[in-house]
Amino acid sequence: VRLFSTRLSTALSAVSTRRRSRFAGVVVMLLGLMVTGGTYAVIAPAQAHDEEFSQELIDQGRHLFLVGCASCHGKNGEGVRTQAGTQYGPPLVGVGAAAVDFQVGTGRMPLARPGVQAPRKDVVYTDEEIRALAAYVASLGPGPYIPEREQYDPTEILEADDPERTEAIVQGGEFFRTNCTACHNFAGSGGALPQGKYAPSLDGVSPKHIYEAMLTGPQQMPVFSDDVIKPEQKREIIAYLKSFQETPNYGGATLGQYGPVSEGFFAWTVGIGGCVAFAVWIASHSTRSKKKGIKA
Amino acid sequence: VSQHSDEVAKRGDGLPAEEPIPNPGVAEHHPRPTDVDPAAAKRAERQIATFFGLSSVCTILFVVAYFTFEIGEDTDTIFGYGASHVTLGLTFGLALLFIGIGAIQWARKLMSDVEIVEARHNIASPESDRQESVAMLNQGITDSVIGRRPLIRNSLLGALATIGLPAVVALRDLGPLPGNKLEETVWEPGMRVVNDVSGAPIKAREMEIGQLVNAEPEIFFAVNDEGEPIYEGVELQQAKAKAAVILVKMKPEEIIPGPGREDWAVGGVVCYSKICTHVGCPISLWEQQTHHLLCPCHQSTFDLEDSGKVIFGPAARSLPQLPLMEDEEGYLVAQSDFTEPVGPSFWERGE
Repeated sequence: VRLFSTRLSTALSAVSTRRRSRFAGVVVMLLGLMVTGGTYAVIAPAQAHDEEFSQELIDQGRHLFLVGCASCHGKNGEGVRTQAGTQYGPPLVGVGAAAVDFQVGTGRMPLARPGVQAPRKDVVYTDEEIRALAAYVASLGPGPYIPEREQYDPTEILEADDPERTEAIVQGGEFFRTNCTACHNFAGSGGALPQGKYAPSLDGVSPKHIYEAMLTGPQQMPVFSDDVIKPEQKREIIAYLKSFQETPNYGGATLGQYGPVSEGFFAWTVGIGGCVAFAVWIASHSTRSKKKGIKA
Repeated sequence: VSQHSDEVAKRGDGLPAEEPIPNPGVAEHHPRPTDVDPAAAKRAERQIATFFGLSSVCTILFVVAYFTFEIGEDTDTIFGYGASHVTLGLTFGLALLFIGIGAIQWARKLMSDVEIVEARHNIASPESDRQESVAMLNQGITDSVIGRRPLIRNSLLGALATIGLPAVVALRDLGPLPGNKLEETVWEPGMRVVNDVSGAPIKAREMEIGQLVNAEPEIFFAVNDEGEPIYEGVELQQAKAKAAVILVKMKPEEIIPGPGREDWAVGGVVCYSKICTHVGCPISLWEQQTHHLLCPCHQSTFDLEDSGKVIFGPAARSLPQLPLMEDEEGYLVAQSDFTEPVGPSFWERGE
């Protein structure tokens, strides 16, 4: 773009030299700037959705940020390092509104205490406050914006008629098993990671937050950007998860759906343990009477 | 020992002359209420019959449940569980349990309850029987002349040793040797790295820092002139089991390139085999902040910023890295096949 505008300016300068007007240089420079700015505005990355947040909202978000977030993330979201040089709170420049909406909207932020992983807990801020915080953090640098409802809402897929519904859910299942099950388990029940970290269960997580997690890669989770896993494919993954969670457990109690380990553990402790306890209970109760009066 | 065997011999029945621990005798017999009270016995009888009756009811309910509840397309449910599955299990389990409880109550309350002393004789055969057996064996050896004619004995041993040879020879026909199949994958220079499932090609700049892509060679999605997939069925699965890769993107300055691997990454994107070098589990459990890749089977951990080196667990080899470059359209392609065999170690690989 810059190259293009420079060439344009050069071309226009050539014209102006011939006309020899006093203001020609200034006019041409202004024209060049307008062309540059205008072209940038047209082809700028779609992620910079700053226009949807008003300055008032950003100011409100900044106020909330200074009270609730700045102690770890720095007064301008630049992050805080400890004296030992380790990261206390990461910088938030460029994480985008989607990351704020996910982290604060699922209660992970604000952290109750530092640890290996931020757990999901009760949400502290109201929806409007979360939006204000997101607006402020988005104003720090371009990052993923909060997805629109039509991007993440799987209702359309789930209410579609077959075979479209089944095809979309089957495709979502393939994406899920390829990209997500390594950490989140085949049923989305979550799983352990090294050193006390874990992949959380996906049960009861809202479609918007699942979408935002794929988009932003919170904590140890990798990013699954829209360029590689398309928004439509993300929506199919969410539809697969929701249809899976709505399906009755035909095989009986799931025992957490952690696979053969939890099921085997249950069989050995509760099943066989119960049988042993029952046998001990029977053997410890004699049917004989020790009462003196009863004699054959 | 000799004194002991003398005593045993004296008794003749194999029991010691004197009991090592004094025999306390049979404990005092306490009768059961059902032994002395006919009304209690009658109650116990009804109780046991009730259990057996409940078992019959459960069995009948099993049959009823079998024909009542829908399975398949429009499955009936109870409390969110499959109705057929739950009721069949419950009714049959209870039917067995009630037979068991009834049988135990029967044995405890009504079956004969008198103490019995059962004497056991010596387990060993009498001395005369044992001597006769040894004599018969020796007679057999003498009659067979095997002791006097060692040629027969030795040639028989030789025949028995060689009879296993056909089995060894026939084992060679179980299949051809693997050749260099374990050393090669379908990756070749210029082959695109595409998204698993969708088959879409990938550009390095479309990936974001911290991104993970489960990827495959493009040939798995390619079709021949007749529109048929080039790889399908078992052949596809076998080729996939070796050629599956993961792409990850990190900050270029965080990558420590191994010797000779300086140009294997494209803009912070590196490509590694998805097959664990321990026993071949597929791994894509990548932590984007630590850049560690964890195998869920046995917790082998590979550091993808440092040539896939093993930093924890039973794996003995680094994860093989696929050299990457960009084609003229900017899509990620392989520079070559893997430079070392992927997956677990094998006999011929040595080292």
